[in-house]
Amino acid sequence: MTTEDLHELAEKETDRQRQLRDRILYCAAAGCVSCGSHATRDAIKKALKERNLEKEVEVLGTGCMGLCGEGPLVKISSDGSVYERVDEETGRRIVEEHLCEGRKVGAHLIDTSQPFFSSQQKIVLEHCGKINAESIDEYIAAGGYGALARVVTEMQPQDVIEEIRKSGLRGRGGAGYPTGLKWGIVRKAKSEQKYAVCNADEGDPGAFMDRSVLEGDPHRILEGMAIAGYAVGANQGYIYIRAEYPLAIERLKLAIKQAERLGLLGNRIFESDFNFRIDLRIGAGAFVCGEETALLRSIQGRRGRPRPRPPYPSEVGLWGMPTLINNVETYANVAPIINRGSAWFAGIGTPKSTGTKVFALAGAIRNTGLIEVPMGIPLRNIIFDIGGGTPEGTEFKAAQTGGPSGGCIPAEHLDLPVDYESLATVGSIMGSGGLIVMDSTSNMVEVAKYFMDFCMDESCGKCIPCRVGTVHIYGLLDTISRGKGTTDDLALLEELCVMVKETSLCGLGQSASNPVLSTLKFFRHEYTDLLSKPESFVPSVSPDPASAGPADGPAANDGHDSTTHA
Amino acid sequence: MLSEASRQKIELLKARYRQPQAVVLAALWMWQDEHGWVSEEGLREVADLLGLPYHHVYGVVTFYTMYNKEPVGRHKIEVCTNVSCMLRNSDRILDHIRKRLEINVGETTPDNRFTLVEAECLGACGGAPAMQIGDEYHENLDPAAVDRILNELK
Repeated sequence: MTTEDLHELAEKETDRQRQLRDRILYCAAAGCVSCGSHATRDAIKKALKERNLEKEVEVLGTGCMGLCGEGPLVKISSDGSVYERVDEETGRRIVEEHLCEGRKVGAHLIDTSQPFFSSQQKIVLEHCGKINAESIDEYIAAGGYGALARVVTEMQPQDVIEEIRKSGLRGRGGAGYPTGLKWGIVRKAKSEQKYAVCNADEGDPGAFMDRSVLEGDPHRILEGMAIAGYAVGANQGYIYIRAEYPLAIERLKLAIKQAERLGLLGNRIFESDFNFRIDLRIGAGAFVCGEETALLRSIQGRRGRPRPRPPYPSEVGLWGMPTLINNVETYANVAPIINRGSAWFAGIGTPKSTGTKVFALAGAIRNTGLIEVPMGIPLRNIIFDIGGGTPEGTEFKAAQTGGPSGGCIPAEHLDLPVDYESLATVGSIMGSGGLIVMDSTSNMVEVAKYFMDFCMDESCGKCIPCRVGTVHIYGLLDTISRGKGTTDDLALLEELCVMVKETSLCGLGQSASNPVLSTLKFFRHEYTDLLSKPESFVPSVSPDPASAGPADGPAANDGHDSTTHA
Repeated sequence: MLSEASRQKIELLKARYRQPQAVVLAALWMWQDEHGWVSEEGLREVADLLGLPYHHVYGVVTFYTMYNKEPVGRHKIEVCTNVSCMLRNSDRILDHIRKRLEINVGETTPDNRFTLVEAECLGACGGAPAMQIGDEYHENLDPAAVDRILNELK
């Protein structure tokens, strides 16, 4: 494969598409598949066949179209119309009325000029919903692997790193470490063998961005990894993906096979001396494996327990070799930066947080789904313009970012720009992109307790502050939420939270207290109300306060002295 | 015993890594795919094939929650009860399934048809509440939808 071959392939595919009368795109991401998009596809194909249109009109499955709550989604390529809730009957009508008679099926048509679509800016998701996720030809026709060709044939590794550095790209896994800097460290590390790893162990509750990118545009990740491999001097890449994502695994397997067949992965890529292979490593259900040192141990076939850093994986990683680890979304940004230049990328977002960020909207919000916005956009725009606000009759209360490692942002901070620094000032983090909205019906103590339950379950048990601390924090939260807490309990809770934060070994423990500290900061009254007036406690499941009093029920393992009970 | 095909695959994989230990997770997945769960026999076979001590493989299998350490029913129902689903009443879904199947979380129906477990975030928050059965995701659930889905599974 040479650059010319690549262009030829792209032209051939573009020609093929041009000769079609139209293309009907249906969302084949897990969300739409689960609400029946395959049945819709079959109905559309059947309707086309009945009208002898099956050769002129192509039906193809794409990555996530974004509006996951309204699936199955279907798009008509020629005029960009998007339909929601397309069942089999509607699919048939789209063929009959829209394609044959030129009449749009009004009841299911989505207004694409609404802010949900118009306020977004798509870089990472630019192919999702536009190309067939299972076709390498379509990816190439959309310019795919062009960045890799350029890098390998025209650029020196140092220049690639410099380009990424100048773009200002920062790690999208949550911590926001400058990507170019990390690449530079791995490049400089002296070793005969280096690795490039993609962290696709997306585990934060509320986060499904990486899943959607992998399902919708898997080649983008392979291309980004290969460019990174070239830049840092690695010839082997691993994608560590959680086993809970069967569709993403299937698409990645297929994509790797396709790329190998065309010589875009393997030996002598673009007839250069650069060799790069990618293998898939599948996890087995351990949240802590998203932590990079734990992830590396898991790849090596061990229990996924973290180790202290330094040394960082950039210097001592897989089998002791320098290893680059980036998140899925970070890799997805690489090819566009090479194609369009670092200056273009640096011009998007804010000076310190450049580019865009993909968010997964979930919880008490009208438009659940996947969005991509420029960094620095006010939270208000995300929640109300794009997300459509909270369900009718309820009021916005808080947005939780960063999952169990993050914090909540209350209504008074709605105008906060969403970038790494601003979110930190209110005690939250950018996180990987989960954005869970809570409305006036949400009980913040319950939410904090929920996240602590999660961290307690997922603690690997290696270090004591996390293993024991999370259990005791959970116990205190449970006592308080059942109306049995005292002011002493609250003080102890805060003290413990700070201790676990400061003394835990890895990111899981260090950030486990964040949801508690953050809800204490902004919704302290919800805690103190439970202390002072225990009889007023209303659990979210039961509307009847009388039957849900704090009086009885077996005491949980509170983990503290029983004399503190009110 | 693992099938011949899986054994060959393991040999191929062993050659790909610096240490055979790296193949443990993949080999355990193969065993589970073929037998439904990982028994002691499975642990011993994986240990033998990779030339590892039994206790290492035991340590790995007990660390990761998705390996079944006991036999499970033909359909493993994993209900997501994580925060996005909780905010959209996943408790109601779990309760409904418990009552319908007359089993608790972690148990299998006497006819060996279903096993019910709670899952951590399935990454299906856009369609919460959600559950996974085998490789299939089911989203935007309510009790009626759950009934429809379970009725179809034999």
